[in-house]
Amino acid sequence: MFRRPFFTGGSQTVSMINLALVVLVIAAASYYLCQQAILRARSQGAQKLHSLPHYYGWWGASMAAIPAFCVLLIMGTVDDVLFKNWLVEFYPADVAANAVDQAIAFAKVMNVVQGILFGTPEPWVQAAAEAYLSWSETSAMVLALSVIAVSLGGAVFAYSKVDPEFRSRNAVERIILWVLAISSTVAILTTIGIVLSVVFESIRFFRLVPFDEFVFGLVWNPQFEGAERAGSGQMGIATYGMIPLFVGTFLISIVALFVAVPVGLFSAIYLAEYADQRTRGIVKPLLEILAGVPTVVYGFFAALTVAPFVKSIGEGLGLTVASESALAAGLVMGVMIIPFISSLADDVINAVPQALRDAAYGLGSTHSEAVRQVVLPAALPGIVAAIILAVSRAIGETMIVVMAAGLAANLSFNPLDAVTTVTAQIVTILVGDQEFESAKTLSAFALALLLIVITLGLNFFALQIVKKYREQYD
Amino acid sequence: MTDVTVRGLTPEEARSRVEETIAARNSREVRFQWIGKSAIGLALGFLVLLFAAIFTNGVPGLFQHYVTIDVNLDRQRLDPKGDLSEESLYSGEAERVALESLYAAIGNPEGRTERRAARGILSTGSSQRLIAFILDNPGLVGQTVPVKFALDDDIDSFMRGFISRETPEADRRISDTTIAFVDRLSANGAISYELSDYLFFGSASRDAEMAGIKGALIGSILTLFVCILIAFPLGVATAVYLEEIAPKNRWTEIIEININNLAAVPSVVFGIMGLAIFIIIFGMPRSIPLVGGIVLALMTLPTIIISSRAAIRAVPPSIRDAALGVGASKMQTIFHHVLPLAMPGMLTGTIIGMAQALGETAPLLMIGMVAFIVDVPGSVTDPGTVLPVQIFMWADFAERMFVQKTSAAIIVLLAFLITMNAAAIVLRKKLERRW
Repeated sequence: MFRRPFFTGGSQTVSMINLALVVLVIAAASYYLCQQAILRARSQGAQKLHSLPHYYGWWGASMAAIPAFCVLLIMGTVDDVLFKNWLVEFYPADVAANAVDQAIAFAKVMNVVQGILFGTPEPWVQAAAEAYLSWSETSAMVLALSVIAVSLGGAVFAYSKVDPEFRSRNAVERIILWVLAISSTVAILTTIGIVLSVVFESIRFFRLVPFDEFVFGLVWNPQFEGAERAGSGQMGIATYGMIPLFVGTFLISIVALFVAVPVGLFSAIYLAEYADQRTRGIVKPLLEILAGVPTVVYGFFAALTVAPFVKSIGEGLGLTVASESALAAGLVMGVMIIPFISSLADDVINAVPQALRDAAYGLGSTHSEAVRQVVLPAALPGIVAAIILAVSRAIGETMIVVMAAGLAANLSFNPLDAVTTVTAQIVTILVGDQEFESAKTLSAFALALLLIVITLGLNFFALQIVKKYREQYD
Repeated sequence: MTDVTVRGLTPEEARSRVEETIAARNSREVRFQWIGKSAIGLALGFLVLLFAAIFTNGVPGLFQHYVTIDVNLDRQRLDPKGDLSEESLYSGEAERVALESLYAAIGNPEGRTERRAARGILSTGSSQRLIAFILDNPGLVGQTVPVKFALDDDIDSFMRGFISRETPEADRRISDTTIAFVDRLSANGAISYELSDYLFFGSASRDAEMAGIKGALIGSILTLFVCILIAFPLGVATAVYLEEIAPKNRWTEIIEININNLAAVPSVVFGIMGLAIFIIIFGMPRSIPLVGGIVLALMTLPTIIISSRAAIRAVPPSIRDAALGVGASKMQTIFHHVLPLAMPGMLTGTIIGMAQALGETAPLLMIGMVAFIVDVPGSVTDPGTVLPVQIFMWADFAERMFVQKTSAAIIVLLAFLITMNAAAIVLRKKLERRW
């Protein structure tokens, strides 16, 4: 399992943290100086200050810190990317021609940079490594100098502005406003980051593997690039057909639903319609515990307890059961999603107006008749949406299937067979040694794209159902 | 009312119809309630089963067998340089001394096979343990003192009864001779069953008897530290902006849809993003708590934003109006009045988000926190692992004793999670205000 870090940057990260601390110290000094300056002005009794003294301090501190942090973040992250591109000049022409060889060459250079040597490196590797080292030394120096200069410059600028007339409160509030607005874009940046990282790698994957082979292929058998290229006649070994993974994912999710829907739904009905306040107060938090248990614990439970149990029961009945059956993983996943269904359904049932129940009682129905024939139909859209959300949760769940469902990509609809899922394959491909740029590694990104499309699609679908069929009772 | 065209039932007919079916309807009612109760019973039964499975394995995993033997702390053999430094002790004969003390305790076996059988009794970490003992008690050097060593995991599982005497010797992991020695030791009362110190103070190890969660626990704390440092300010700032400042326009609507979508993205996808962006593009090292914390922060951000917005919304508008009325600016209103009142709700949401982050495994596997790392991480840029990932790795090891160790680690993880969730509940109950 042990793996060398592929890329450097550890020492750089440390120096960035140190620089950030230096900036904070400058900002603190700037706060103090600006505040003292304005207090001095006041004690000299000139005129009324526009703002409270601490606003002048905050003005000084933010001018010293914020631009400097921006410079630090931008320069600190851009330089590695730049260096990687500059290194291409050192590679021999045939290496620089394609992306796979470039990545290998880059790894070679990085090994030399980190002082990890396998034999004598080629002269161009040596030259590239030396260049890299000198660039990173220069860049560290430039980074430190420019960050400190910007910070000090900001502090001096802030100090020069300090004056009883200066509207420091307004300035500080404007800065806060911008900081808040920019913070709120992080959510968008994250989404963009997710989409771009997955989409770009997927596009590269689809250059290597045709799109229709991926979507309609019936065999999933990823191989390392090396295995493909080594034997000239063995190009056909690796196949990337996602259908077995897709079927496995849905098989496990369906088993999970067979557990979670009846249990979750009837629990919700009982809690919402029959249980008294005290029972609710005890049972609801207990059910929530099921949602709070880490998935790795469920995975361990599935692999250690449930899978052998399922196997022995099945063999007692004379069936062949794989030791990592879809049934075991699905059962445990079902337990995990019970609270999602029960708490969402509980909310929906409670939202059905009491007047509908009273009307049913008035016509002489029993409590259960009212629930079955009036309350549940009224709550149906919400319940369906809850079930769809639970499915999307089950499809995205990773640890249970990694630990209990195994890796055999069988195309099977039999829950007693071993199947594998999209998430389990992503984890197996990306954990452990990996070749960047190989079709195998890139296939994980294509699978992630599939996963995002399915889960977001299901969520969107659930939202539409609620919107379309929701009854407005007022 | 529309006219009733069908003839209505007479009261007698109606009563008789109702009475015909009332028994069946009532029993259906009882059955329905019974189904509801059994559904709850089933769900709680799963919960009990889960905890029972973890605790029956995990509680014994908190303990292990030790053997206490008299060791002659011979200075010349143990401390060749004579300065009692760690370096000197490691160059000495600690391992031989420990073994010879064991031979003495079981009556000095002579033959090669017997000695080999005896050697398997002590854990391979015994020399380190002896050195640590000397470093802690330098005053005892030169004397013969009782020292407590861990038993090898095979012997430990024999003492727990997982390895049966009845199994033929060839199928057993330990030989008859070894069993005879172990019997002699336990007859002398040298073997004790105590709370495992390796579990809490040991680092990652392939030997079940020495494996511990210290490194993973520290890694978890560092990762959570980074996570909270990023997620809490960003989450609160976003919530304040969206609730208090932002105009309701297309842009803020996009942000809101985004946040809801992010909450639905599977956690493993966040790991893939971390791998692609922070490790491949930005060139940050793998396996470090810094990257892990950033990824978990982005993952928990939606949880924190959503609960913070709810908390801000719960602050009544009259508070804002009062503040604005006495001349506070918009920002003063928010930071001096709204935020302090909304803080309990925000903290509750943050604690729940952190509990979620603490139990998360899949995204951290993606960024390489699954490496086998013996050193305890000292800072957020040292390679490390976290508790759930440690559990995942141990769950893969085949030895019987690792099942118990894994369950014990799960108990520790659950204890943390339950504490955090209980804190959130208490906080909510204590600071909750009704307007």
